[in-house]
Amino acid sequence: MSILSLTSSQTVGPFFAPALLREDAIRNVLTQPETAGERIRVEGRVLGGDGLPVPDAMVEIWQANSYGRYNHSADQGTAQLDATFLGFGRSGTAEDGSYWFETIKPGRVPFYHEQFQAPHICVTVFSRGLLNHLVTRLYFEDEQTNTEDPILQCVPDERRSTLLARRETVEGTIVYRFDIVLQGAGETAFFNL
Amino acid sequence: MKNITIGEIVRGDREVFPPYLYEAYQSTRRRAPMLPLIEVPLTLSELTGPGPAISAITLEDADLTRNSGTVGEAIGQRIIVTGRVLDDRGFPVPNTLLEIWQANAAGRYLHKRDQWPGPLDPNFLGMGRCLTNEEGIYRFLTIRPGAYPWKNHPNAWRPAHIHFSVFGPSMLSRLVTQMYFPDDPLHALDPIMNAVPTEAARKRMIALYDHSVTEQEWALGYRWDIVIRGAYATPFESKEGER
Repeated sequence: MSILSLTSSQTVGPFFAPALLREDAIRNVLTQPETAGERIRVEGRVLGGDGLPVPDAMVEIWQANSYGRYNHSADQGTAQLDATFLGFGRSGTAEDGSYWFETIKPGRVPFYHEQFQAPHICVTVFSRGLLNHLVTRLYFEDEQTNTEDPILQCVPDERRSTLLARRETVEGTIVYRFDIVLQGAGETAFFNL
Repeated sequence: MKNITIGEIVRGDREVFPPYLYEAYQSTRRRAPMLPLIEVPLTLSELTGPGPAISAITLEDADLTRNSGTVGEAIGQRIIVTGRVLDDRGFPVPNTLLEIWQANAAGRYLHKRDQWPGPLDPNFLGMGRCLTNEEGIYRFLTIRPGAYPWKNHPNAWRPAHIHFSVFGPSMLSRLVTQMYFPDDPLHALDPIMNAVPTEAARKRMIALYDHSVTEQEWALGYRWDIVIRGAYATPFESKEGER
């Protein structure tokens, strides 16, 4: 059905930060004071095949609001919109490979027919040495609906834990820790998208 | 579930997208995933995406020759880079955000990790962005970047290029790529460009000189179209089809 061939992908390279992480393009904080939902902090590290941190990666996230509605015209659902929540985040990584976001826990979004997905955040990773970006999902380890999530069920049992963010409470803040391992032991399950 | 071997790791079209592991590009060796990518059904999460919302609130900054915050103008051959963003059915992608970055005319990036002894240009930051219009057309004014030396192999030089980041309508349309210039002898020597598997796909990353874009006593014109995955059917369409 397609009539034009796609433009290929190339690495983001080592020098994207002044453009993609400029002051008005970086988006570590997704929330505003009025945003509805449970405040969470997502943090983790991007690690390479040698176990070393990746200090020149960029992580983008995309998520539904706390009611389970995406800020997008293709979401024709009935869940409430939240005018104070865009749902997009973009973080660089520090020397120790770390990234972070302040956001809210997303609601469940529809799958097919009467089925719903477990709460999740779409995660995209770019870096030098990645000729194509990588896409995965963050799920919440303490979420009971994970067992019925249709996407998690596609992931082989032994790799499923790589998509589960670990809950911690740090000085009253709920932190979900999600390391992204590009290669090797504990390699994150990435999707062919 | 389909089982994919390492050599087959692809995003959709194996004629178009480079493998993750491409030995000649050394940085892929420790960063390419080694396990199969997981095949998943597309859901609302993938058929939506941040493009429309982020494009609606981002300010344009499409003249890289004068956006450094100094009163001066960047040194170099002034060029216009324009083209259309289309989806794979040929429809224009309107109002979508493009972010670009590039080396200066001497091949030097303004970045603390770029320390080769090419001169910096105080009037050039090497970054810009614009939105496509209703016909999917974008347009930047910049200077032609120089070739850039890197440490991948002895006497390695990247061909002149401009990095492009494109959102499009959904998670599936997100693309980061590079635009190259025609008739560059460094193309054949560049592992990043040659990681793209077919000559046809490599050629589509090369802009064309277009004299109708060139402006008298002002700037040379280059034309480059970008094709991304389109706004696909929503998961609920099949349900409607059953009626």
